[in-house]
Order: sequence, then C-alpha cells, then structure tokens
Amino acid sequence: MSMAGTSFSLAEHLPALQVVIPLMAAPVAVLIRRNTPAWSLAAVITWICLAIAITLLNRVLDTGTISYALGGWAAPWGIEYRIDRIGAFMLVIVSAIGAVVVPYARASVAREISPDRQYLFYAMYLLCLAGLLGIAITGDAFNLFVFLEISSLSSYVLISLARDRRSLTAAYRYLIMGTIGATFYIIGVGLMYMMTGTLNMADLAQRIPAIAETRTVLVALGFLVVGISLKLALFPLHAWLPNAYAFAPSAVTVFLASTATKIAIYVLLRVLFTIFGKADVIHVEDIGAVLMVLAVVAMFVASTVAIFQDNVKRLLAFSSVAQVGYIILGISLVSQTGVAAGIIHVFNHALMKGALFMAVGCVFLRTGSMSVSAFAGLGRRMPVTMAAFVVGGLSLIGVPATVGFVSKWYLIQAALEAGLWPLAVLILLSSLLAVIYVWKVVEVAYFQEPPSFRHDLREAPLSMTVPMWLLAGGCIYFGLDAETTFGIAHDAAGSLLGVLP
Amino acid sequence: MTLAGHFPYWIVVVLMMVGFYVVISHGNLVKKIIGLNVFQVSVFVFYIAMGKVEGGTAPILTGQPETFSNPVPHVLILTAIVVGVATTALGLALVVRIRAAYGTIEEDEIEDQETEG
Amino acid sequence: MSPEIAILLAVALPLVGAIGVVMAGPWPNLRETVTLAVGAATLAVVAQIAPAVMAGGRPAVTVFEMLPGLTIAFKVEPLGMIFALIASFLWIVTTIYAIGYMRGHHEENQTRFYAFFAVAISSALGIAFAGNMVTLFLFYEVLTISTFPLVTHHGSDEARKSGRIYLGILLGTSVCFQLLAIIWTWTLTGTLDFTDGGILEGKASAGVIGVLLALYVFGIGKAAVMPFHRWLPAAMVAPTPVSALLHAVAVVKAGVFTVLKVTVYIFGIDFLRDLGSSEWLQYMAAGTIVIASLVAMTKDNLKARLAYSTISQLSYIVLGAMLVNSWGVIGGGMHIAMHAFAKITLFFCAGAILVASHKTEISQMGGLGRAMPLTMGAFLIGSLSLVGLPPLGGLWSKWYLALGALEAHQLVLVGVLMLSSLLNVAYLVPIPIRGFFAEPPPAGDAHDEHHAHATDGIQEAPLACLIAIAITVAGCVILFFYPESLFDLMRQVAPIP
Repeated sequence: MSMAGTSFSLAEHLPALQVVIPLMAAPVAVLIRRNTPAWSLAAVITWICLAIAITLLNRVLDTGTISYALGGWAAPWGIEYRIDRIGAFMLVIVSAIGAVVVPYARASVAREISPDRQYLFYAMYLLCLAGLLGIAITGDAFNLFVFLEISSLSSYVLISLARDRRSLTAAYRYLIMGTIGATFYIIGVGLMYMMTGTLNMADLAQRIPAIAETRTVLVALGFLVVGISLKLALFPLHAWLPNAYAFAPSAVTVFLASTATKIAIYVLLRVLFTIFGKADVIHVEDIGAVLMVLAVVAMFVASTVAIFQDNVKRLLAFSSVAQVGYIILGISLVSQTGVAAGIIHVFNHALMKGALFMAVGCVFLRTGSMSVSAFAGLGRRMPVTMAAFVVGGLSLIGVPATVGFVSKWYLIQAALEAGLWPLAVLILLSSLLAVIYVWKVVEVAYFQEPPSFRHDLREAPLSMTVPMWLLAGGCIYFGLDAETTFGIAHDAAGSLLGVLP
Repeated sequence: MTLAGHFPYWIVVVLMMVGFYVVISHGNLVKKIIGLNVFQVSVFVFYIAMGKVEGGTAPILTGQPETFSNPVPHVLILTAIVVGVATTALGLALVVRIRAAYGTIEEDEIEDQETEG
Repeated sequence: MSPEIAILLAVALPLVGAIGVVMAGPWPNLRETVTLAVGAATLAVVAQIAPAVMAGGRPAVTVFEMLPGLTIAFKVEPLGMIFALIASFLWIVTTIYAIGYMRGHHEENQTRFYAFFAVAISSALGIAFAGNMVTLFLFYEVLTISTFPLVTHHGSDEARKSGRIYLGILLGTSVCFQLLAIIWTWTLTGTLDFTDGGILEGKASAGVIGVLLALYVFGIGKAAVMPFHRWLPAAMVAPTPVSALLHAVAVVKAGVFTVLKVTVYIFGIDFLRDLGSSEWLQYMAAGTIVIASLVAMTKDNLKARLAYSTISQLSYIVLGAMLVNSWGVIGGGMHIAMHAFAKITLFFCAGAILVASHKTEISQMGGLGRAMPLTMGAFLIGSLSLVGLPPLGGLWSKWYLALGALEAHQLVLVGVLMLSSLLNVAYLVPIPIRGFFAEPPPAGDAHDEHHAHATDGIQEAPLACLIAIAITVAGCVILFFYPESLFDLMRQVAPIP
C-alpha cells in the first residue's frame, strides 16, 4: 500500500478512529501497569483525539454532515456514525477538556490516588473518553446506550479511586441511579424499536411522526426523557451528583463536570429534536413547559443550597445543577436563539467549571482540604490559582467579558423573544445567587490570614496551573470573541430545529 | 409480526416494579444490587418477548420457507446482558470495598458513621 | 496621532500603567513615578482628541465584534469628552494627593492600590468613550469589580461588610435591571449604538418605554438614586484618595454619565418629552436631592456627610436628564464637571484632616482651622461652590438646571433646587466655620494628656496633599470664569432650540 493510499484511507476513517483509538489505548494502559508510561500514553492519545475532533468539526462546517457506515454495513441495518454540527461541536468540547485535563492530572493524581492504582486511573480515563466521544458520534440509538454505559461504568470507577472512603459510597450511589437512568433509556429505545423496527436515529425521525400519537411511542418518550434527565442531573433527579463530584479525585471531577452531564444534555437534544423533532412532541406534549419549570426550580434551589455548602467542591457541584437548569431552560424555549443559548452554555459552562474545579484541585493539592476555611489567605499564597478561581467565578456570575455573559445574554434574549419577560427577570435574579456563593469563597481567600502553621503554602506546580489557565483564559477569550462559538451553536440549533439543513 | 399475547409484558411490568421497589426500599447494599438486577432482567424479558414470533424458529437458513423470530432484539439484549453483568460486578466490587472501609453494608449504619465523623 | 489611535491608547495606557505599577512594586518611588507618568501620558492622549470633538467631529473606532451585531466599539462625543477630560485630569491630581496621603497615613498594600486605581481609570475612560451600550456595560462592570479591592483596602471586618454592600447593590442593580433593559432594547431595535435622537422612537409602546427608562435609571446603580444609594456611604470605608476620585468623580460620574447618555442617545430627549415617561422619575430624583441632604445633616462623620452630599448632588444630574429638555441636559452635563472639582476638594480636605489630626468626626474639628488654615479655607471654597455662589463654578450648572426646570414648567423642582442650596449651606458651611471660630474641644484622652487642647501639635497636611487641594480649588474658580468651552460642548449634545 502506498503512502498516499494510507493517508487517504486514514482521513476517511477518522470517525471510527475518534472512538477506537482511546478505546484500544485503555487496555494498553492497563497492560503497561506503570504510572508514568500510562500517563504519557493518555496524554498522546487525548491530544490525538482532539486533533481528530477539530479536523472533523472543520470538515462538517465545510461540507456538511458526515455519515460513516461502521464496518461497511450501510444504515439503517448497520451502525451509522453520523456527525453533524452539534455532534462535531460536542466532540471538540469533550476531547478538548480531555486533552487539557491529562497534563493537569499528573500532579493531582499523584497526590490523590494511591500509587498502585494510578495507571488504572489513566486506563479508565481513556475508556470514559471513548464512551463520551462515542455518544457524540453515533447515529444509532442502541449503540448510544452501549457508549453511555462504557462512559458511566468507567466514571463510577474513576470516582471510587479517591482515598476518601466517602468516594466509595458516592460511586455506589451514582452506579445505582446511573444504571436506572440507562435502563430507562433502553426501555424507551426498545419501545420505539417495537413500533418502527429501526434503531437508526435518522430512520426513526422519518417513521415516528406517523405514529407519534400512539401510547407506546409516548411511553417510550417518557422513559427516554426521564432516563436522560437522571444522567444529566436535572433537578430533582440530581441527587447522585453533589457527592460524586465532591469526593471524586480532583482531576475526575474536572473531567466529569465538564463533559459527562454535557454529553447527557446532547443526548436529550438528540431525542427531543432529532428523533422526535418532526413530531414536535416538545410542544404537543408540553414537555417544554415541564422542563422549563424544572429548570427554573433547579436554578434557584440548587444555587441556594450551594450558598450553604462548606465543601467548595460540593458547592460547585450544586452550582453545576443550577447551571444545567440554565441549559435546559434555553432548550425548553424551543426557539433557535434559546436552543443556541443552551448549546453555547454547554461549551461555556465546561470552560468555567473546568477552570474552577481545577483551581479547587490545586488548593487541595497544597492544603489537603476542600472546606471554605482552607482557602484562608490563599489570595496571597496561591495568587495564580486564586486568580483563575476569580475568573471562573466571575464567569459563573455572568460578568461581561467572560463566557458567562454571552450565555446569559442569549438566554435572556431568547426569553424576551418568546415574550416571557418574567423568565428573564428570574434568570437575572438567580445569577445573583451565584454572586453570593462565589464571593463567599473569594472573601475568605483574600481577606483572611492563612493559619500560622501553614507558612509553607506555595503556588501549585506549572503542570497544573497552565491547564487551569488554558480554561480560565478560554473563559475570557470566548467571552470577548464569541462569534465563532456562537456561530456554531446557532447553526447547530438551526439544524436541530429543522430551520437549517 | 404477531406478538405472543400480552402475558410476557405483564411479567415485565411486575419484574420491573419488584426490582425498582427493592432498589429504593432496601438499605442493604447487596440487596439493592439484586434489585437492580431484577429491574434489568425485566428489560431483557421485554426485548426477548418483543422479538419472539409465535411459531417462529431461530433464524437459521435451511432453504425451506419458515417463520423466523426477529433476531435483532435478541442480539441487542446479549449486549445489554453483558453490560448488566459488568454493572453488577462493579457494584459488588464497590460493596466489598465499602465493607472494608466502613465495616458494614447497611446504608443507615454508613450514614451514622459519616455524621459522627 | 489620529484620534482613533488616541482613543485606544487612552483606554489601554492606564492598563499598561497598572502592569508597570505591579512590576515597579518593590520600589515605591519608581512605582509612583510610573503612575504619574502614565497619568500625564493618558491626559495628553485624551486632550489630543478634544479639538476634533469640539470642532464637531465624532472619532470612532470598532475594536472587534463580540457577537454577531454586537461590537466593542468606541465613539467620542462631547459628553464623553468632558467626562474623560475630568477623569484623566483629576487622576493625576489625585495621584499627587495619594502619594502624600498614603505615605503620611502609612497605608499597606500600596502597590495593589495604585494598580487597581489605574484599572478603574481605564474602565472609566472606556465608559466615557463607549460607542454602544454593550461596550459601556462591559466597562461599567469592570469598574465595579476593579474598585472592589480599593473599597475593601483595609481588609478589616468593616471593610468586608461594606464591600458586600458595595458589590451587592452595584452588581445587583446592573445585572437585574440594566442588563435586562439593554437586552430588551436590543430585541426591540436590533442595535445598541448611541445615536443622535435615540434609537427607540416608534419601536415600542409608551408603557414599555416607561418601564425601560425606569430599568435604566435604577439599573445604573452608580447614579445612586434612592433607594439604591446605600453602596456609596458603604464605600467610604476606603482610603480617602479612593473616596475622592472614585466615589466623588469616576465611579459616581460614570453612573450619572450613563444616565445622561442613555437619555440622550438611546431614548432621545424629544421622544421622551413627548411621551412624558420621565416625569415621575423627576420626582424620584428631587426626593433623593432633599432626603439625602437631610440625612447628611445628621451625620457627624465627615466622610459620611460628604457621601450623602454626593448622593444628593448626583440626583441633580439625574434630574437634569429626566427634565428631558436641552437646558436640563446642559445643566446636568456641566454639573458633572462642577461637582467633580468641588467634591474632590472636600474629600481631599477630609483626608488631609485625617492624616494631619487623625480626626474623622465633625464635632471634634472645632478650632482646627487655626492649625490647618489652608485646608479649612479650601474646604470653605469647595462648599460654597457646591452651594452655587459666585465666583465659583457650581453657579453655572445650578443656573442651567433651574432654567431646565422652568422650561419643563416644574416650579416645584425649581423650589427643590433652591431648598437644596440652603440645605447645602446648612450641612457644609458650619464645618469650616467651626474650624475657624469654635474653641477646640478639651483634650480628655489619656494619650493626649500633655496637650492643653486637642488641636495642639497639629500641623498642616503633607505638601503633596496641599498641592492637590490647591489645584482643585483653582479648578472651581477657573470654571466660573471660563465655562464657555464646557457649555459649547454640551450644546452639541443638546442643541438649544
């Protein structure tokens, strides 16, 4: 085979490689059994994944949706990998976070996971990444379930790797609730298959409208939405999330917070708009209204609970539940602006929460504690880390020149366009709650003296601060120049809603 | 495709409810896993019943015209069973480690330890 | 240098200065030299733009597109020119003053102080030159956040508490009301550019316009219209140079400046006058003028009294805007300058008294005029300018505001302005009078026991402080004799029919 031939076929098979490379690398990491080589492998693999994802996104933006028949079996019988705008955007988000977290993880994992298990961390990490990428790329409803379980099972393991024994119960709880969610999803898929005889999403979309009013399909929709809502931690199905985030190793929290719930939101978009889009169930069955109410409640309740947390990771976890509320709120408006606002907040929230959890991880590395009081005096002792925390916090609040502002802007614009100005007021009011819980930590960091026995506190290593500032810098950069990200989100929303091809 | 009556679906519903109830109501971590298993098995039954055609045989080509059961759900559920086994294994492994860390597998006792500590 | 580059430089220079200050941190002399040099350079750059604007030019520059249709853009018009000139000029004066004050008062964290000060000035200039509402809002919030470390400079519990009020009210109002109004405007009109004659005419019903106007006026918390004024007294916990420049000039003027700008360039004064949506806001402003003056009389702490005086004076400008006629807008715009020079003088004096005598309460200041005649004299001049007596600048702005009230057939508001002048006399003038004529309070404290009087041994403030005070006092006088250029600039904003 000539070189030209090889490179040609490689380019053609990028959709498969996107998933297969990390999937294959995971067992290799286990076989290596040594921590540093496993880390190097993970680093190389994740950056390759990012390169592939960016290539695919560019290709999708240039030439439109990519359809790839896995193993040469044509859809709808074979499994189709189908990459459209939103899918490619999710691939980039997930693999970018994946690539940034690995360098960060080196020092953090060395501190938080016992040495005999660190290579397992990297193996599970790659597996989880493969699962998440697979969800974003597949066009097959059942295949999606398999990837969902790959990513979920590996994330249970990742959470339980921490030294704190509470991580075990958190992982267990997540396992129970996650499995129920996934099982609900598979019931929904089964019911749809019973009615249509197909598992291919594009095919389902064609067949559903004719039978949308049957009870079976509506029950299927119910199972799907509830199951996915469990996975994306929509209030009140969020109970697994706070402890899972709080007690997992910091690198895991960063990764999961920025990707796992986000990919579940993507699945929800797929179900509501791709599969059931033509049937317009979101209007017909008032799903939009239900989601909207739950989203608003999540924004207020979770933010309020966050204010009263002492563990900063738990605080940020509750904030995540609230932020998921904003995303769902945007989606529930079912307008191009609203869905775009939701999608862009998926990206923006991944950036800001990633930066914030990384900052907390740096603090944990140096202080060994995650309680608010451990932040005392860190404004002076760890200025780089705390500056990143402030940037991430300001993004959460939605201050101009940060990504949070962009999200908020479009969310409110969507609410006003829909004529729902009380909703706009609620969004703004709830963002004030973020001021309180962010400032609670900032005040301690900048106004309290560090305890005298901690005179040796110093800044986190560069390997952690550089990835952290990549994300924090992204919060500012994409807050000022949001044209690219918003353009993609807006077009993706357009094609989901059927406004654009 | 004729379905084999509604009987299997009643079984599915009953199994599902039983499993769900066990997961929610029991404080014993192992029993919760068992409940989860029952819950998942109901889905397996559901898929298998869905694919079954009354009087149909396994879809092996013998050259004569025959009625086949739909093999796709059966294949799918093989995958789901594998996933279920993996979940159970992982869940039990976690329970073993919880037992090592807390000395108990009762949810309320674990909670007591946490609130004390 | 083209005006476009000058605009960008004016916003960027203080930021560069902030970095320079941080790098020069370990060497106080170098650090202060950097601040002064950057201040002078900024003023020079800002002054460069002025001739073009006075000649009727509107230099504009678009930096980049933040979101489709929403740009970060600058466009200099006369109102912004006035604000920018004042802010950058008084920055230098305040820096001179701060050198004397911060050293004389042995403040800590001076590097942080100068650095954030520079960032605050940069954002004030950004507000002044903003070409659309998004740009303005961006710098508005940066100004809020960059002044937070200045307000909480001492890091004490009191400072932290005040910081919470400060941030809570300013962020709260701007996020809940102003941002909502901005996005609402955007969905109604599809543009946020500041345009002569406004952009909202014919785009919404009178009711919506009324709600929007209220959202803007109360959303601009920095204008301190009651009931959203509590942050300003809270901010007085900051070192005096901060109170002087930021909470008498840059921050609060950014607020009223935004009110004026929104009234003139988003709504359009003719449009608002026809609708009559602003009439109840005139009374809100008038109420704030009177109530804040009354509260000021009850305050014994000098800085608190000055803070309430500022709240009252700010509402003059809001009132000018809400009168929605040319005289009102001209009076409001001129009052930005007049009040700036007068009030900064008063704060400088308050700080000088603190440095020299460690006194904060007015009741303790009897007889202080004998020890500090220059400071007390300057205080008297500043007070009289606020009252509006010739030969001091404050006369002009009050004059035009009263004309505006007459034009709007609001005799009640003319009365309010008169009453407020009397109240100004009542709460400001007694301070220097007591300083010169009252007997010093007896020294009762143990550590004062070797003094016969509490004022013994007190000397004038540091020279740097006195120089700054002299400059601003001179400003009050000069503005009385040469108000033409100010008037001409404002006439461009609101042509006299």
